[in-house]
Amino acid sequence: MSSVELFAWLTLLLPLAGTIVVALAGRRLSGRGAGYVATGAMTLSFASAVGALLALQGLHHEERQVRAVAWDYASTVGIDAQISLLVDPLSVFMILVVAGVSTLIHLYSIAYLDSDRGYVRFFAFLNFFVFSMLLLVLAGNFLLLIVGWAFVGAASYMLISFWYRRTTATNAGIKAFVINVIGDVGLVLGTFFIVRHTGSLDFLETFEGIKSDFSPNDADLVAGCVLLLVGAFAKSAQVPLHTWLPDAMEGPTPVSALIHAATMVTAGVYLIARMHPLFELAPTAADVGAVIGCLTLLIAGTIAIAVTDLKRVIAYSTMSQIGYMIMAVSAGAYAAGLFHLMTHAFFKALLFMAAGSVIAAMAGQQNLDRMGGFKRSLPFTYGCMVIGGLALAGIPPFSGFFSKDEILLLIGDRGGWYWILYVAGYVGAFLTGIYTFRMIFRAFWGDSVPEALELEEGHMHHPDVHSNPANGEIEDTEVGFPGPEHHIAEREPAMKIAMGTLALLAIVGGLLQIPKVTHVIDHFLEPTFAESALYERDPSDGLISFGLILGTIVGLAGIAIAYVVWVRKPGMAARVRARLRPLHGLFANKWYFDELIGVLVVRPAQWFGSFAQQTFERVFVNGVLVGGATGLVRVGSSAVRAAQTGFLRYYAAMLVVGMVGLTMYFLLLS
Amino acid sequence: MDIGWYLAVSALIFTIGAAGVLTRRSPLVVLLCLELMLNAGNLALIAFARMHGNADGQIFAIVVMVVAACEVTVGLGLIVAMHRRKLPIDVDELRELQG
Amino acid sequence: MAEVLFFLAGIGAIAGAIGVVVVRNPFYSVLALVSHLVSLAALFLLLRAEFVAVAQVVVYAGAVMVLYVFVVAYVGGQDEPLGARPGRGLRVVAALFGAALFVELCIATLGSGLQAIGSEGAPVQPGYGSPAQIGELLLTRFLLPFEIASFLLLIAAVGAVVLARRRGGISAAEDQARYSAMDVLRPAYTGTMAEAVDGRSGNVRREALPVSGASAEYRGPDADEDD
Repeated sequence: MSSVELFAWLTLLLPLAGTIVVALAGRRLSGRGAGYVATGAMTLSFASAVGALLALQGLHHEERQVRAVAWDYASTVGIDAQISLLVDPLSVFMILVVAGVSTLIHLYSIAYLDSDRGYVRFFAFLNFFVFSMLLLVLAGNFLLLIVGWAFVGAASYMLISFWYRRTTATNAGIKAFVINVIGDVGLVLGTFFIVRHTGSLDFLETFEGIKSDFSPNDADLVAGCVLLLVGAFAKSAQVPLHTWLPDAMEGPTPVSALIHAATMVTAGVYLIARMHPLFELAPTAADVGAVIGCLTLLIAGTIAIAVTDLKRVIAYSTMSQIGYMIMAVSAGAYAAGLFHLMTHAFFKALLFMAAGSVIAAMAGQQNLDRMGGFKRSLPFTYGCMVIGGLALAGIPPFSGFFSKDEILLLIGDRGGWYWILYVAGYVGAFLTGIYTFRMIFRAFWGDSVPEALELEEGHMHHPDVHSNPANGEIEDTEVGFPGPEHHIAEREPAMKIAMGTLALLAIVGGLLQIPKVTHVIDHFLEPTFAESALYERDPSDGLISFGLILGTIVGLAGIAIAYVVWVRKPGMAARVRARLRPLHGLFANKWYFDELIGVLVVRPAQWFGSFAQQTFERVFVNGVLVGGATGLVRVGSSAVRAAQTGFLRYYAAMLVVGMVGLTMYFLLLS
Repeated sequence: MDIGWYLAVSALIFTIGAAGVLTRRSPLVVLLCLELMLNAGNLALIAFARMHGNADGQIFAIVVMVVAACEVTVGLGLIVAMHRRKLPIDVDELRELQG
Repeated sequence: MAEVLFFLAGIGAIAGAIGVVVVRNPFYSVLALVSHLVSLAALFLLLRAEFVAVAQVVVYAGAVMVLYVFVVAYVGGQDEPLGARPGRGLRVVAALFGAALFVELCIATLGSGLQAIGSEGAPVQPGYGSPAQIGELLLTRFLLPFEIASFLLLIAAVGAVVLARRRGGISAAEDQARYSAMDVLRPAYTGTMAEAVDGRSGNVRREALPVSGASAEYRGPDADEDD
């Protein structure tokens, strides 16, 4: 086994080992021991990922797609399923991002969830999730991809409903899982459509034979790719399968940071990038992806301006940024999309971590309306949040600026009707600036709320009665509910280290791909996208400069408007809201998507279920089929039983009658 | 006389015996009617033996008589047992073996 | 001459049979059967089955019927009532199917196309039907049926003794005749098949059906001992 393969297997299996060890022996470790074990496993996994990177770079350029086969799982008619990993630049890129950010989040969680009674369970689940995500990105064939996909969905469900005694959390978990399953179905069906023609489950074999198996825009291929897109949309929370992501904020903040910012929701982006030969041969499907990505980034941006829950603002921001990424990889800007994936992982995880610190200071309360003035009492958190916010809004020289700009540059370079997407992208950037700094100004600037005042005096706010911030239900602090203590970054070195590392990466990450200056990402990913027609692009200098300047202006304009509305003129927000009441209603109610899905999908399903139970099951199956069968038997047997009267003479009479009948029969016969 | 006449008489006695079994209520009389039917069978056997010139039928008839005797013995023993237990000696009353 | 004897014996047999069925008193039914048996013996003689005829009279009419008479005397043959359940329907069935049966049997035997029925029978040796021939047949060709028939008689005798014996001796019989409180408190049909099958208990269709131990006598609807 070569070193590349070894490192790949280690990266994959170390989190699994971590899960098993923590799950079985976690209780024996005192205090934060389980957290250290899990984080240690993750650190080793990240180290292996770095080792895989170095080993891969040591290979020759053309050899950088290594298939690491463990064993043959099933070889029968038409199916060749192996347990195999595909280690190439794309997967190594993904495992570096996933393992790296996960390690930092594990570190953060050691301190953040310290007093929670489900501490051990949390780290077991978190490690399992990382294992599933690594399996997804390292998979070398469709089979393992689907397995990893499903595991990720399951782990997400387990982590969203981590505080399982809260009905809001369990409902959110179920919602996420159901929508994910719809995506799973799309993924599996899409695989079927494709494998039907190619005959192979393996990625490299499929991609090699793709041009001979399909003609461009072949109906089956388009159908398969659209179904794959359904899977990608469900996992990456794109319209219309996005309604689970805001509700998923019921999970603990590290979960939101890991799953719903950096890793799971990027699985869809990875899928499209991995399947790029198929999408390039079916441009219709790729166009569908681009349009949906564009729609999502606009819709999510508008909603983020109106919602008042801190984590939900960041969630909609995630949805919007993933829209950028999907748009990018659908349009052929693979390196740009993946670069944005990386920088987004950095600053979004940082934002979530900072939000977690603020929420801890508020003792679990997440409503922006009740926050204010934490600038003085949470300086480190404030600094991290500002860095993340600037990166998100796309202000140079932070990383988000370069990655977002790269995407929009390449989209504009494609020309044709892609100009619409180009414009929409910049509108989205404007909205991003507004909602990001709306969040920051409202939480940190202004008058200090009571919790902030308490903190300024040196002790954290402690509610007498613990309650669910979403619906106010009283709860205790035993297993299944959040623990009694809350931890802020200023007091926990572990949290500080994690947030500090991410802040640093958010600042300098952009240096990897500055247009016309550095091309690290482009060159690194080239072996994967070697046969792509859309990969090598050379946009004009004019377009590059125009994009950079426009991006800066748009981002700063957004921040300026946010400053004016929420800092300079405090009453302005209320007045604008009153004037544009229907528009605000549309945004604040999330464009009524939940209600729409309720009417279109949930209500018919419920009606069908009750119909099946009341009418079909009760009347037809129970009454007619089962009752009919038993009734028939009963009638028949009572008819036959009538012959058993107990009268001797009756029996004798039956004998005589029978004998007469038989004799008559034989006489007639003869 | 032609053998046919004997067979006709045998059929008639058999029918009368069957009618008696179906109609009478006292088990004693029912057993008597059963005897009638057995005797009718005997007559038919002897007639056929005569027809063939073969005495096998007569042996058969003797064995039938033996069986009839055994059956009467057991049947009357039953009736005596019923009388001992003060059960009604009535075929219609003894009908607990019903479904 | 043979024809006259045949008709006499035939009418005697049929009359005896009808008498068995029609007469009310069981005792008289037995007597009717005896006359029937004797007529039948005459018919056997006409068919040259001498041994069987004598055996019929001596064994059947002599021993079996005497046994019958004893039992009728012990049990007490009451006259049967006319027309009780199941009554009418059963009578119709009996008449109808009896007639049908008769017709069919006649057709079966007489219309069967056997040539020899129209004749007096095959020519026979002088020793036909004699005890010597019967004995020889019984002990040579039909030895096994003979032995089994005697075994059957043994079984029947044992069975009759077992059925009709008094359990526990004479004193036990007197004990059994006593009432106990449970016979009054226990619902009717308790422990019977009716209870097991229908769950019927205490549901009295007629007066309570006493089982072993009660001294209530069964009195038929017509307890008249006359005739």
